Amino acid sequence: MFHFPGMLTLTVFLPALGALLILALVRGDRAIRAFAFAVGLADLLLAAAVFVSFDRGMGADRFQLIDRITWISTETFNASYLLGVDGLSAPMVLLTGLLGFCAIIASWSIGERVREYFIWLLLLQTAVMGVFTSLDFLLFFLYWELELLPMYMLIAGWGTGRRAYSAMKFLIFTILGSAFMLVAIVAIFLSQPSGSFDMTSLLEAGSMLNSGSAVLPMGVLFWLFFAAFAVKLPTWPVHTWLPDAHTDAPTAASVMLAGVMLKMGGYGLLRVNVGMFPNEVNAFAWALITLGVISVLYGAVVTIRQTDLKRLIANSSVSHMGLVLVGIGSVGAAAGQLNGTGLSGAAMQLFTHGTITGLLFVGVGLIYDKAHTRYIPDLGGLASRMPMAAAALAIAGFASLGLPGLSGFVSEVLVFFGAFRAYPLMTALSVLGIILAAGYILWMLERSLFGPRRERFDGLTDASPLEAIPLALLVISIVVVGVYPAVLTDVFDTAVAPMVDMINAAQSPIATAR
Amino acid sequence: MSLNDLFLISPQLSMAGLGILVILADLVLNRKGLVGAVALVGLILPLSFAWAQLTEFPGLLFGSGAENLVPSDSILSDSLAVDRFGVFFNLLVVVSLALVFLASVDYVRALPRLKGEFYGLMLLSATGMMLMASATELITIYVALELTTLPLVAIAAFLPNSSSSEAGMKFMVIGAISSALTLYGMALLYGFSGSTTLAGIALALGGPSEQGLAFGSYAVLVGVVVLTVGIAFKLSAVPSQMWVPDVYEGAPIPMVALLSVASKAVAFALLLRFLYSGFLPFDANWGMLLAVLAAVSMTVGNLVAIAQSNIRRLLGYSTIAHAGYILVGVAAVARDGSGTSDSGAFTTFGPSSVLFYLVAYAAANLTAFFAILVINSKIGSDLIEDYGGVFRKYRLPALALALALVALIGVPPTGIFVGKIYLFAAAVKSELVWLAVLGAINSVVSAYYYIRVIRTMFLDPESEAVKGSENTLQPDEVTLQPQGISKYGMLALTITAICTVLLGIVFGPVIQGAEGAVTSLPGILAP
Repeated sequence: MFHFPGMLTLTVFLPALGALLILALVRGDRAIRAFAFAVGLADLLLAAAVFVSFDRGMGADRFQLIDRITWISTETFNASYLLGVDGLSAPMVLLTGLLGFCAIIASWSIGERVREYFIWLLLLQTAVMGVFTSLDFLLFFLYWELELLPMYMLIAGWGTGRRAYSAMKFLIFTILGSAFMLVAIVAIFLSQPSGSFDMTSLLEAGSMLNSGSAVLPMGVLFWLFFAAFAVKLPTWPVHTWLPDAHTDAPTAASVMLAGVMLKMGGYGLLRVNVGMFPNEVNAFAWALITLGVISVLYGAVVTIRQTDLKRLIANSSVSHMGLVLVGIGSVGAAAGQLNGTGLSGAAMQLFTHGTITGLLFVGVGLIYDKAHTRYIPDLGGLASRMPMAAAALAIAGFASLGLPGLSGFVSEVLVFFGAFRAYPLMTALSVLGIILAAGYILWMLERSLFGPRRERFDGLTDASPLEAIPLALLVISIVVVGVYPAVLTDVFDTAVAPMVDMINAAQSPIATAR
Repeated sequence: MSLNDLFLISPQLSMAGLGILVILADLVLNRKGLVGAVALVGLILPLSFAWAQLTEFPGLLFGSGAENLVPSDSILSDSLAVDRFGVFFNLLVVVSLALVFLASVDYVRALPRLKGEFYGLMLLSATGMMLMASATELITIYVALELTTLPLVAIAAFLPNSSSSEAGMKFMVIGAISSALTLYGMALLYGFSGSTTLAGIALALGGPSEQGLAFGSYAVLVGVVVLTVGIAFKLSAVPSQMWVPDVYEGAPIPMVALLSVASKAVAFALLLRFLYSGFLPFDANWGMLLAVLAAVSMTVGNLVAIAQSNIRRLLGYSTIAHAGYILVGVAAVARDGSGTSDSGAFTTFGPSSVLFYLVAYAAANLTAFFAILVINSKIGSDLIEDYGGVFRKYRLPALALALALVALIGVPPTGIFVGKIYLFAAAVKSELVWLAVLGAINSVVSAYYYIRVIRTMFLDPESEAVKGSENTLQPDEVTLQPQGISKYGMLALTITAICTVLLGIVFGPVIQGAEGAVTSLPGILAP
């Protein structure tokens, strides 16, 4: 519809270009903010255009808007600059554009070293966009690592509390995960006769990985990739970096971290572990769902005890991202019986959790900016002073606990329906997490927003029109997806269907006989 | 010796000639700046001779023509091999030296004395390096090793302060011990084979003995191991690494830059040549010996680097770690040769990964040292805490140093990232998966200390050293540069920084060059 050659490349590199211009040309804090705003808005529009122009028709190509340039071609190395979107990545591109824009607005109150701050923030957006769109493993890994330094700098430079410690913890955990992924990518590269890094060929049925001719056992490769994505997701027991990083990060970094960077983990699981390892993901589904259920319950129980608003939301993220693993666990269904419900739910959860947590962090950021505290017992009665922020926070909270009509409900229901067919008991356990979520979310809202009026908050002002933009955008997306989920599920289904076919085919008697 | 022989050793010969010319020029010229100009411009001579040799081997750099016009043309009774492999390293040495000279123009100008000697000694040391890359005979190897080390020892002790004297002394003593070990190993090998050429030794020793004992006798085994330990001194790898941090901390920065890049590279060249000249077929668990050295080197280097508070010591330990990474590739070579290849011929994969990594490491490490040279000339300190907020005052040098450190972690898009994939791929291919995993985990550990430096430069408040840096009149009396940032330093820095990134994006030609270079090693299967 709207697309033109190089559209994805532009979407990915526009923020980096903006960062470069800020470094070289734009002078003055106000100008830098305005310029970053314009770049973010333009990238959001481009991302929306990518999402809208993605052809979800029956006969459409799986990967669309492809930009391909041969990067390197020797006897031993074959890599190309290959960007493209499918039904899985198109919504993620939209999510990144949306939250990137919101993060820029949420950074308005940053007062020190404004130039450097926005440079890192925009570079971060380019890296995340690149992860979601690259279809060549070398390029994918390049973007995956590119995201580390900006996020580290944002936390260590503009955070609060023990920020240097938290930033380093985030960095070490993530880079340790990617070390395992690097070994797996090297093994894949060695396994192919041409020494290629092309992900699209690996996603096809009968690819090198399916024929089992890898230099390392397939199960080892599966877990090496899983290690990288599990840290990012994060799942228990490698989640411990997340509460620290979220709590100490500036608002915008929290939004990006929870909103899109955790999704890189879920995206990687779906793209690589599910998409390229149909046999292994089926064989290890029990382990995935077990880890998922532990994350859901453990995250929820820990969340209840939190007294810091950001820490509370951060821990609830562990619980909610566990649902992604539960959804992926649905591939453990009996041979040939798998349908796409659980996987769609997992993908859907990535998007909805991104918008919901993004909104929660933006709302909490507003409260912290004005009330200067995130300590829940000190808060209370804010709803009357800051009605807009309070309403947004409440809507995000309700969506988070799965109120029907809001987006969280849709993904959770899909996850549970899908997983129940494979592991009824595990699924039932994970539903407990939702009940706990109702508890901590409502308790949090009650203690911080409602209750008696407090005099020292009398002077607080509500969100300014500018600050209301992200609130409005995110509330709209939560409601729209909640009321009309097909806007997303149609797109996700185009990506989930081929994966389901591959897994079912892999389990058919002919395949199991090998 | 014919005219052709002269042509074949012309790069080394012209380098030595240039060294002597510079020392003579230093005697007659009053303006010492001209001596540097002579040294820098004169490097065109060895460069063009090496380039001329290169054109004798078609397809050396930009193609991998399998046919070898002059297949390891040996001269002077087989003591030197003039082949693509040697020329590859000669070019690397000459280019590194030229960049180091360029970066150190203002540094040398500020030296209180011995300006001309600095250039002359560097050139003589480079001659030794170029010899080392081509030597195939024990005595020539020994001469090359000594010729490389001794001038550097003199330069290490150049500065009139105690840490420089300590660096020179430590370098000399440990260098002497290593030389003694090398010589002892060589004596054993000669005694049991009756030949001093590598090919002759391999021929005399024959195949593995009946009892399964490596090299047929314990004495030869001891000789080989002792020789390897001696070479490890030049690799700055465990177990001969103790001198590294002190020399890196105290010696003049330009010399350290050359030492960390060129001298290390040719030592790896020597190791590879040694292995390929006939020692690989011995079933001596080469692979395991080298793999363990690699594992220990990178782990020790990275772990100790964490505790460093001086940026130059930190880079010293980092270079030990990188020697470990590169040894991963050599270990892969060795294992590959000890039986995993079916046809009996070796593939180019392992050795060319070593060559590529050495080039990428040269670009990144030179960038780091040039940036430190520039920053040190302003703030007069090497302490990491004094680097606080350096970005706000000296943007380009700080950015370049950050780029170099990120590259040294092995993060894309830099040459070292590609090099690491290449090395680890070679390891996985040779069934050394554990070593590849350990290498990857070591990169994670290294991120901790490299990133800490970047954080200090970008986020910390400006340190006293940075604040006072503009009107400092006497920081380190040696490196004082009151007239602003060195233009030449920035030029060299820019070149190496661009190379660091370019090697991560358009690495094809260099990989092809490396593949082409290793085909001239004996027994390698052309790609």
